[in-house]
Amino acid sequence: MAQTVDARQALPERELVPSPPVDLGAAVKWGLIAGMTAVFVSAIGMVQAFEVRSVVVGVDLGYLVLFGAALVFGYAAARPGEQLEGFLAPERGVRNVAAGLIAGLVGGAVLWLFVLLIGAVDIRSVFPSVSPQLRDLLTFGRGAGFAAAALIGGFGLVGALGGGIPVLPERIRAPLVNALAWVLAFGLFEDLFAQIFRGAKVPFLEDLLYQPGGGLSLVGALIVFVLFFAVYLSTASRRETVRSRIATMSPSERRRWVGVGLVVAIVILAVLPQILGNFLSEVFDLAGIFLMMALGLNIVVGYAGLLDLGYVAFFAVGAYTTAVLTSPGSPRWSPEMTFVAALPFIVLAAAMAGIMVGTPVLRMRGDYLAIVTLGFGEIARLLFLSDWLKPYFGGAQGILQIPPLELGPLTFRSSLDFFYPIYAFVLVFAYVSWALQNSRIGRGWMAMREDEPVAEVMGVDVVKAKLTAFVIGAILASFGGALFAHKIGSVFPHSFQILVSIVVLVIIIVGGIGSIPGVVVGALILVGAPELLREFAEFRYLIYGVLLIFMMLKKPEGFIPSRQRARELHQEEMMQDAWLRKEEEAAAAAGS
Amino acid sequence: MPLLETQGLTKVFGGLHAIDDLDLHIEEGEIVSVIGPNGAGKTTFFNLVSGMIQPDSGKILFEGIDLVGLAPHQILELGIARTFQNVRLFQNMTVLENAMVGQHARTRSGPIRAILRTPGFRAEEEAIRRKAEEALAFFGTRLIGYRLEQPAFVLSYANRRRLEIARAMATEPKLLLLDEPTAGMNPRETLELTELIARLRDEKGFTICLIEHDMRVVRGVSDRVICLDYGRKIAEGTYHEVATNERVIEAYLGTKAVEGV
Repeated sequence: MAQTVDARQALPERELVPSPPVDLGAAVKWGLIAGMTAVFVSAIGMVQAFEVRSVVVGVDLGYLVLFGAALVFGYAAARPGEQLEGFLAPERGVRNVAAGLIAGLVGGAVLWLFVLLIGAVDIRSVFPSVSPQLRDLLTFGRGAGFAAAALIGGFGLVGALGGGIPVLPERIRAPLVNALAWVLAFGLFEDLFAQIFRGAKVPFLEDLLYQPGGGLSLVGALIVFVLFFAVYLSTASRRETVRSRIATMSPSERRRWVGVGLVVAIVILAVLPQILGNFLSEVFDLAGIFLMMALGLNIVVGYAGLLDLGYVAFFAVGAYTTAVLTSPGSPRWSPEMTFVAALPFIVLAAAMAGIMVGTPVLRMRGDYLAIVTLGFGEIARLLFLSDWLKPYFGGAQGILQIPPLELGPLTFRSSLDFFYPIYAFVLVFAYVSWALQNSRIGRGWMAMREDEPVAEVMGVDVVKAKLTAFVIGAILASFGGALFAHKIGSVFPHSFQILVSIVVLVIIIVGGIGSIPGVVVGALILVGAPELLREFAEFRYLIYGVLLIFMMLKKPEGFIPSRQRARELHQEEMMQDAWLRKEEEAAAAAGS
Repeated sequence: MPLLETQGLTKVFGGLHAIDDLDLHIEEGEIVSVIGPNGAGKTTFFNLVSGMIQPDSGKILFEGIDLVGLAPHQILELGIARTFQNVRLFQNMTVLENAMVGQHARTRSGPIRAILRTPGFRAEEEAIRRKAEEALAFFGTRLIGYRLEQPAFVLSYANRRRLEIARAMATEPKLLLLDEPTAGMNPRETLELTELIARLRDEKGFTICLIEHDMRVVRGVSDRVICLDYGRKIAEGTYHEVATNERVIEAYLGTKAVEGV
């Protein structure tokens, strides 16, 4: 993007029009939204529930959420609009701060009205959380008059701070925002960081950063802030050069660096569970199993463009095949094989399932395909649940007594042990995804995704390509299922709800469809984070939902998008970039 | 034996005879233009030959093999590649990737070899890339250099048309079907492409069949012109023979009003 800015400056100055200033009227609208958000989180009991959780020096999470609304919407109100072709860069200054201030004041006023309302009318029958304690919390225990000043003033102040963010020069802004985000992360995920410090044998860091009652101490917050601010500030200029160096690397040089990166990744993965301990390893194991499935679905949906909503069926096939072959408790037939001996049969069963699902849907596209595969997913679950197959799969009672995973002399029992086989498979699958993407078959899938009839006319055998995608996706998911069965020690039909398919799909969409790093990040965030936020009970799904909606609105290509996907969603901008480049070339040619 | 021959080819859409009992042939090494008013069935003819739709009756013989019933990718493998009237590139793939897809049917590596990165696979990838670049280089510097890594949708309109031809060339066809290759191009680009079409035959040895509305292009490149109307062949011969044919003029301009009525 930096290139774009340069190109704009290089353009001849011809009647550029000033950009419209920040709309103060719209700031009122943002303020109303901020106020409504604050009222909403109060009314559903979030503020109260979070009150007990101190994040940074006594500031509890409840107030943080409340005033966070002012910050976020203050920023939103003050954000300058996009710079359009032929316009000057929008001015940033007092007006932005004023917009943030207005948004904050309006938001505070709305919340104050809510305080007045719940003082006058009892709405507890509808909102059980709207209790006198909430009122105490919102008035800071000092009555409505103080609340008016504190809420409106506080919101205004925080809103103005939010409005000030866009005014800061870019060089300061990015490190500041990042450092603040890190402080917040350290406060929120205290358990995670404390465990890491203990595991890494540096427990004094825990005492240094956190105060005894929970939450970052003042010193801790300052250390984290200064550290990350310094890191981001000092690396900002270098990151750009590193990026351009990577782009210009020769293939052999790049391969060497990839090798180095791989070794580093393996070392980190080797020591990670030791640092994380059992509980956090469990979280990562779960994320890893979803990650295996997500990498598989990424091939089907991301590469080949076949929207499969019944993906859990393959996961179930893998888990049940493993259970039948390895468990002594298998109802009809129990060969009690080891995992290694069972593996070929698991692959075979998954491949057959892939072909069974793939063949009838060969001629379907898009929505129709999604609906049919959705049905297949449910059929698989119902079959395992049915009385008809109960003699083989145990019906609702499932199959128990699946032995722990054995690989040669090694036995994996605890969550800590399981980390290794799971992430070993994840590494292999990530490689497989990469290898397939950069190959003849990968290009065939991409072409099919772009325009199926044309791909066929250009020589891609779409029947073969589709079935290959389904089969490979099925095999990857079945490995996830096999490890899941060994890890849990039992399989039940209710583990294979439609929700699993949806979560896996959401992982790849939020992470970035077709992008391997994106899928990894997506799985860790969407499966790992909710586990870490378990203390927030039911609210975590609210946060989860807000995150998803935000992502889809603001970054539909995902956290780490694939190049292709980013292009697809930002065609307009890229066209403009190309146009600017041409313009620049013309200017250069005219100048020389 | 002609390279391509149709016998009694018929395709009916509802009650409309898009192609009606069509017999024509294309000899190896020829450049044949198919002309005709809008709705004459020219593109339907291409769709039938490339296997995108199936005829209701008749035969399409390519080197003596009947193409009816074959899948599009099988027809491509036999050596027929085409372009589209309304440019249909793989928009979000790069210029190079678009051309590389053309090699799909000429190569064999499956997923297992891709995962194991066998020497055979690497050599094949290298060959695919080389052939794709070769096809792109046919258009001079317009599609190579930094453009190789650009997504297809940022290309100018004329370059998209060129890339579509390059993608078809990369499939190493014997017969190239070009559907209005100069549509939407400016006169200079049209002239350039007219020369290129001749070079495609002379240097690359493709037999070419093109649909074209621009009569300067048709006159410039065609060995033989076939005029269709209502799915039937109404004239065939050199450009001048067809251009002066009564029925052709009638098809384009309508019948003369009978005087005195």
